[in-house]
Amino acid sequence: MIQFLQYLGKSTRTSFTKLGRGTYFLLQTISGILSVLARPRLLLNQMYSVGVLSFLIITISGLFVGMVLGLQGYYTLSDFGAEETLGVMVAASLVRELGPVVSALLFAGRAGSALTAEIGLMKATEQLSGMEMMAVDPVKRIITPRFLAGLISMPILAALFSAVGIIGGQIIGSGLLGVDEGAYWSQMQANIDFQDDIINGVIKSIVFGFIASWIALFEGYDAIPTSEGVSRATTRTVVNSAFSILGLDFILTALMFGDD
Amino acid sequence: MQHTNTQDTLVGLFVASGIVGLFFLALQVSNLSSFVEEDSYTITARFENSGGLKPKSPVSAAGVKIGKVRSISFDSKTYESVVQMSINSQYNTIPDDTTASVFTAGLLGEQYVNLEPGGSDVFLQNDGKIEITQSAIILEKAIGQFLFKSAEDSAEEKK
Repeated sequence: MIQFLQYLGKSTRTSFTKLGRGTYFLLQTISGILSVLARPRLLLNQMYSVGVLSFLIITISGLFVGMVLGLQGYYTLSDFGAEETLGVMVAASLVRELGPVVSALLFAGRAGSALTAEIGLMKATEQLSGMEMMAVDPVKRIITPRFLAGLISMPILAALFSAVGIIGGQIIGSGLLGVDEGAYWSQMQANIDFQDDIINGVIKSIVFGFIASWIALFEGYDAIPTSEGVSRATTRTVVNSAFSILGLDFILTALMFGDD
Repeated sequence: MQHTNTQDTLVGLFVASGIVGLFFLALQVSNLSSFVEEDSYTITARFENSGGLKPKSPVSAAGVKIGKVRSISFDSKTYESVVQMSINSQYNTIPDDTTASVFTAGLLGEQYVNLEPGGSDVFLQNDGKIEITQSAIILEKAIGQFLFKSAEDSAEEKK
């Protein structure tokens, strides 16, 4: 019994300590933003590995998600004779939910795990301590550019995901199933609001980019510097990012779309 | 430097495609293109009951959308619903004896204001008022009346 209580207390304490370290790490990262903006080359390189390399998986998944929405939506809506609203259904679900959430999950899997493994290995091979020895701040030189790159890439990826998905839904809806193309677009334009739907989706994706990059970088930076530690940290990145993205999505949705 | 050059190009393409994607969402998917405030003037109509009318509901005449509902408020003195509508200023020849009615597009569709032009030579100006209005048909009321009437009919038949 006592042992159980001890275990409970210890694990609570460790998780709070970790949260504290994470917050300190985040503040350190943010304080490096100005010095990164003075050296945009670092940011550009990271935008390439975080953003450009995720481009393909995001667009292809977006296309397929849109096509599936087109098919499923058509079968459900045609029961009510409301096939014309297919465009609204596809666009609303993509722009509000699936675009930001699925692209953030893919981002955490594709780019987040790579970031954790990279930084964890840098720590394991003592490159980070080597930098400190040369009086180079590893947070400013390594972490902040990656953080900013994630923050910038995420909304771009989510917008691409939604746009490609809507086109995919149109290919299936009006190309294959015979929904009127004009109705697909005009119903969509009549019902999707720029401020309420699209801007809120962009805000969501920025928040997800923030949280996914933070978790990935912190897990890498905080990893136990052995091969096993790095592999565990990579797993934790994907699991924790998925949890936080889905949990935050619920909160953000309740805040944004609650009152109408 | 060859390597960084291609990298720069790819990052540039990536950012550009993101901007194109956002523009596509803004212009093709959402109502931003019709969101641009065109020149419009405001007219007011008082309904006994405006039903499920909402701000941004369309205002149409002869089936063509000519404006939208700007605001709906309740007049606590006359117990009426005051509906303010912005009408596109290119349609500035609406007679002052126009009838405004709240209709429903389809059985379950959204509600809109229909303007039925009268024959007057005087046109409505900014802040003009529509005097003749017809309330929304409340489905429950209509069904209730129908049931009541058919019960009455069958009672008369039995006599």
